[in-house]
Amino acid sequence: MSARDDILGGIRRSLKRGALGGERAAQLEGRLANHPSGIIPRRSQGLDRKGQTALFEEQAVEIATTIERVASLRDVPKAVADYLQRFNLPAEFAATPDPLLDKVPWNERPLLKLKRGKPSPTDAVGLSVGFCGIAETGTLMMLSGPDNPSTMNFLPDDHIVVLPASRIVGPMEEAWQKLRQAKGGTAVAATMPRTVNFITGPSRTGDIEQKLEMGAHGPRRQHILIVEDDSIA
Amino acid sequence: MESTSHTFKDNAHDALGNAHLQSALDKMRAGFPQRRLDAIGKLPEFEDLREQGREIKNHVLENLDWYLERYERNVIAAGGHVHWARTPEEARQIILDLCRKLGAKTVTKGKTMIAEEIALNDFLEENGVIPIETDLGEYIIQLRHEPPSHIIAPAIHLTKGQVEETFREVHTNLPADRNLEEPRSLVAEARTMLREKFLKADVGVTGANFLIAETGSSVIVTNEGNGDLTQLLPRAHIVLASLEKIVPTLEDASALLRLLARSATGQDMSVYTTFSTGPRRAEDPDGPGEYHVVLLDNGRTGMLGSEFQEMLRCIRCGACMNHCPVYGAVGGHAYGWVYPGPMGAVLTPSLIGIENAKHLPNASTFCGKCESVCPMKIPLPKMMRHYREREWQKKLSPATQRFGLKLWAFLALRPPLYHFFYAIAAQVLGLLGRRTGGSFYNLPLAGAWTATRDLPAPQGRSFQEQWHQRQKQKKAA
Amino acid sequence: MTPKFESESSRLVTDSPVSKPRVGLFVTCLVDLFRPSVGFAAVKLLEEAGCEVEVPGLQTCCGQPAFNSGDRADAATIAQRTIVLFEGFDYVVVPSGSCGGMIREHYPELLAGDPAWAERARTLAGRTWELISFLYDVRGLRQVKARYDGTITYHDSCSGLRELGVKQQPRTLLASVQGTKLKELPGAETCCGFGGTFCVKYPEISDKMVEGKAEDILATGADTLLAGDLGCLMNMAGKLKRMHSERGTRATRVRHVAEVLADMTGEPPIGETGQ
Repeated sequence: MSARDDILGGIRRSLKRGALGGERAAQLEGRLANHPSGIIPRRSQGLDRKGQTALFEEQAVEIATTIERVASLRDVPKAVADYLQRFNLPAEFAATPDPLLDKVPWNERPLLKLKRGKPSPTDAVGLSVGFCGIAETGTLMMLSGPDNPSTMNFLPDDHIVVLPASRIVGPMEEAWQKLRQAKGGTAVAATMPRTVNFITGPSRTGDIEQKLEMGAHGPRRQHILIVEDDSIA
Repeated sequence: MESTSHTFKDNAHDALGNAHLQSALDKMRAGFPQRRLDAIGKLPEFEDLREQGREIKNHVLENLDWYLERYERNVIAAGGHVHWARTPEEARQIILDLCRKLGAKTVTKGKTMIAEEIALNDFLEENGVIPIETDLGEYIIQLRHEPPSHIIAPAIHLTKGQVEETFREVHTNLPADRNLEEPRSLVAEARTMLREKFLKADVGVTGANFLIAETGSSVIVTNEGNGDLTQLLPRAHIVLASLEKIVPTLEDASALLRLLARSATGQDMSVYTTFSTGPRRAEDPDGPGEYHVVLLDNGRTGMLGSEFQEMLRCIRCGACMNHCPVYGAVGGHAYGWVYPGPMGAVLTPSLIGIENAKHLPNASTFCGKCESVCPMKIPLPKMMRHYREREWQKKLSPATQRFGLKLWAFLALRPPLYHFFYAIAAQVLGLLGRRTGGSFYNLPLAGAWTATRDLPAPQGRSFQEQWHQRQKQKKAA
Repeated sequence: MTPKFESESSRLVTDSPVSKPRVGLFVTCLVDLFRPSVGFAAVKLLEEAGCEVEVPGLQTCCGQPAFNSGDRADAATIAQRTIVLFEGFDYVVVPSGSCGGMIREHYPELLAGDPAWAERARTLAGRTWELISFLYDVRGLRQVKARYDGTITYHDSCSGLRELGVKQQPRTLLASVQGTKLKELPGAETCCGFGGTFCVKYPEISDKMVEGKAEDILATGADTLLAGDLGCLMNMAGKLKRMHSERGTRATRVRHVAEVLADMTGEPPIGETGQ
């Protein structure tokens, strides 16, 4: 007997029943199809855009992310340049191919050099666009795909993320809802990106004497530029 | 790994005399519980979430075969492979075969307790594949050839001085004047060393905190980002997980994630929570070319339907050990196998047999703290008691203890005899006690107690004797 | 020989409100043998709270040592005995969270599979209370007439705290004792390391735990330690006494909380011969 059949058979023996079928299986199918949400913490419910953005910022700052709000994509080059200057970082940095970054007037800051694509191990700074922000915990949701190499979230020492305020949601469940919708409402199994990263602050470890140290393996710093222009989706 | 659970008492003795360990444990006792309290204090729904988490996992366990099959179907649909392993041997062989097929020389590893359970590192090494632990704690103990002492903080038994010593010994190119006194410089040193290894690795092995039936995804949770570099950079990603990690949907995983980090480290969320589904897609710029899942049973199907089924709800947060006064006194290594603390006291006998782990369910005061902090509401003391019952039935407990208990039970079921003995003992010990200042510095048969503490003496006459005398006097009056 | 199960009480409890409830005091083996004054303090508190107290003479132990050692059969027999002895009372009151928890939480579990006993176990469990919780939660007691001069600190015994929810009740009542100041014990909810047979099966670990507890107690600067469970009290008193004698410091007075609440502190503290 194959290990698979042995294990499945063992489960059924222990549970004193055969393979599930009929109504029971239909119930389970239904549960998957409906994927019900459970208890949602009140703190992330019923907030308007302003409230959600405020909660996102509050939570993100608590976990050592830095936040800057900018009015529109026009302000992004300056914000990036200021950040690089503040930490004495190189003006050349990696940026994902995300089309939203095409709309940024980079030429207004000719000193900034973007290398679009996936990062190389030597890139000190990486720039990405967030799929959405989760206000409940100040978490970024990043999807892998042609425009979004996942390695950008991990290899650079400094990770800058552009996040339109319109993409901030309340709890994690809303983020899943957004993903399910983005994929045209088809069964999520067929359309899950290879990698979905939820990122809640910069990399850290407490493995030596429980003392918190930043930048264990991923970015030492995480900086989010919230773009408040509602016309950007 | 070879179990030393059977020598728990000796292990504990050594642990209590180990000054480094005791200093590390002092820090642990002060740290984790307070951070958890702070985190749940900010989430009024926490208790309800525990109840909900319990229900989700119970639902999964009752329908485990159905969800496993659905999960498998979805992994395959996403281009991945599922390998079923009944035993640690099977799981190890599957992973080695995959490494050989891929021509892998080095394997990076995210922290996975299942790999410890199947002793993967030793096996790969014996067969010419070099495993490299990438979680900082795991990396440190791998260099020291030690097993982890905690399921989420594997090097919690070490002081920074010990880590410095290890790095100086192993990282031979370190200049002698390089300052490694503080955790910060130690972390930086490990980051530099491991970055190279990440980039060169052929295969990445991670565990899984959850497996999602709905999508065929595996989920890992880390703070360092090591798990992500482990699974993104090499040519293949192998997920090693036990059967009970399944949850139905993305929403169910979200519900459990609200419990996991708060219970573990006192964070609202760990820094990196990653859902991985299949290998990289044709148009993806990065990600592993192959995706394999090894599903391990190793005795878990046998726990289903038994009095230990509820243990399979465990999400490996470590809260039970963080709060356990026994773990806090002796640390994780004393438990002698992969899983320490209260969850280990139940899981270890389930996986390696009660004969080999008979101390563990006994080494608890049943103070109940573990159950009270368990996000999955697992009745850990009750299950330890069930193992004590098995030991009693199999006569594994020491003969003197059995004799003493039997004698006491004999008396307890014969009230006149019982009260007679109690009256005498109270009087004799009370009399002796008054001569020794109210307590005993040592007393025959009570040496285990009086070695380090006095035994308070009885007041003199048993309650029952006095009470019934008073009642008689009342009646007479 | 099969022990005879005989109820000492012939009266059955009715659903009608009882003006003066009949309380069966479950003394516990440790109080019976080591510290009868706790039993008398319990009787006084219960009588002052308007109860009629009886002490069934055929009671022995609740069976917890057998239960926690895996000897389910003996534990069940002892539990059945106790049920028979106490089921005629309106309430069963126990001056110990540990033994109270055994009857209230574990008897129903222990006898759940026995159709002849399951319901009786549940019924008795529903009427069983830890002493301080009974006074506060059932009898509505909020203050006592007592005087105790000293700074006390309080240890929450595990079973009372986690199985029966005894936490603020003793503190509220202690606040009404004259001359007393309560200094909270850091880590008051951490186990003292007694654990029944644990303390003799794993004496070194138990000692490590009680040592930490004793240090915490000393650090409060309190002159008196109170708790609601004699096992824990003897463990902590024994350790404190040993530490004091090694250090030549002044003894910490250790007592069951009932003694102070009942204003019955004439007897020397636990492990001492004088005040």
